Amino acid sequence: MAVKQTRGSILDAAEGVGRKTVRGVEEFGLAGALVAQSFYWLVAGPRQRQPVRLGAIFAEAREIGINALLIVGVLAATIGVMLAIQGIFTLRIFGAESRVVFGLAKSMTREFAPLITGILVAGRSGSALAARIGTMKINQELDALSVTGINPVRYLVAPALIAMMIMVPALTFFSELVGLLAAGVYVNLELDIGMRAYWSQVLDSVTIDDLAHGLGKSVIFAVLIAIVGVVNGASVTGGAEGVGRATTRSVVHAISAIIITDMLFAFVVTR
Amino acid sequence: MSNLPASAARDTVIEVENLVTHYGARLILKDVSLEVYQGEILVVMGGSGSGKSTLMRHLLGLERPTSGCIRLLGRDITRMSHGELVDMRKRIGVAFQTGALFSSMTVAENIMLPLFEHTDLDTKTMEIMARIKLEVVNLPGFGHLMPAELSGGMVKRAAFARAIIMDPQILFCDEPSAGLDPVVSAALDELILRLRDAMSMSIVVVTHELESAFKIADRIAVLDEGQLLFLGSVDALRRESNPRIQNLLNRRADETTVDADEYLRRLTGEDLRDRVAR
Repeated sequence: MAVKQTRGSILDAAEGVGRKTVRGVEEFGLAGALVAQSFYWLVAGPRQRQPVRLGAIFAEAREIGINALLIVGVLAATIGVMLAIQGIFTLRIFGAESRVVFGLAKSMTREFAPLITGILVAGRSGSALAARIGTMKINQELDALSVTGINPVRYLVAPALIAMMIMVPALTFFSELVGLLAAGVYVNLELDIGMRAYWSQVLDSVTIDDLAHGLGKSVIFAVLIAIVGVVNGASVTGGAEGVGRATTRSVVHAISAIIITDMLFAFVVTR
Repeated sequence: MSNLPASAARDTVIEVENLVTHYGARLILKDVSLEVYQGEILVVMGGSGSGKSTLMRHLLGLERPTSGCIRLLGRDITRMSHGELVDMRKRIGVAFQTGALFSSMTVAENIMLPLFEHTDLDTKTMEIMARIKLEVVNLPGFGHLMPAELSGGMVKRAAFARAIIMDPQILFCDEPSAGLDPVVSAALDELILRLRDAMSMSIVVVTHELESAFKIADRIAVLDEGQLLFLGSVDALRRESNPRIQNLLNRRADETTVDADEYLRRLTGEDLRDRVAR
């Protein structure tokens, strides 16, 4: 009997792993299809008299970008000051504090600004997207769109994806500026380097490649956040509780995807 | 109540032929065939799990069947391209069980959405059309409210207004009276009859409310465990002797036969383990 039960629980576990794997593969497939369909509608929509509405993109962009300026600014400034403190502390060991600006400029543009912006947008807008689409699904609003002859991908996913791809890099650039400015103020007070000299050192240190590295990465993060949000929202089952679960899952997935992609991107591009 | 005879001479607006559908490996609809005539109200009845909601989703083209065909207005929707399906959907209206109004838009914006997406009318005209439909469903002056500010019955009325904004030839209603008190639900029945008479629509109503079904139906289809048990007029349904239909009409629970061995296996959970082992 005991042997039979153990065998049963092993089989249960194996089946569970199998189901999760199938679900994972399905979600990857759905994510790819959503990105492809969004771009299809963006290009082919107007010809079929079903355009992706500019107004919808602007509304999304305002919510994702403009409304997040304050919190992104505050966090970027904090990270900038933190980097300056740690940089000066570390470089003091070698008596090379004045080289801190080089490190600040590189790390802020290549790494910290895209990462912190991505994580923030994932928590703020990615989860909101998952919650909205999940709620629409359980309220039959997605079905209502379909039977009205309105493709939900064109109407809901494409505007969010496009807005994300514009606003995340824009926010990233903004947080680079704010972060470096805040770091500059600290460096100015601590090392007595004038702001003018600080900015000229920053501009000398940052190359086009650094900017492209950071902003390019942020576009990939934007796609990840939007698609993870939509896929989780669309997979909601089981009422309000399901929406809550999907929202949490979307934040965890999006942040994990961002950090892993960040490492892979750095590995591929930097080596 | 106008129980129109189902004569072959009348135009059919919906034809379902040998519809078979699955959810995963589970067989849901088993060879269902029926037709809906121009200007009639067909009520699809059945208990939970009878497959009536699944039938509705297939009629709307939201699911693809395993086999069989569904012709709306003479064209098979199971073999349509996306573009053709969009054109077809401009000619049908749907009032969902929950209303399914978009919560981020006002009632008027909800009603105007199909016009906004499918026509080139100017905003003023669309607003007037939305107000006309709000008058039709007896919700005058409620256009500026958000769906969350409406009562359950009002949400359903607003959903009807959105469903008929494009003057569809076929209107589908999913459980119109579910979750409403008898007075409000009677008013909705009146509304459905009025829409058919005023706009000569063909209407398919999915419901499990007997009273409502008998009041509005020209013909009734009874689904049971995925099979079409009965299709005919209200009077014919009352005369039907099939015990399952009698149970439905008299609100009696079905008698379930109990196999003692099977029952014991279910209690001990052995049937589940066997299924896994297989």
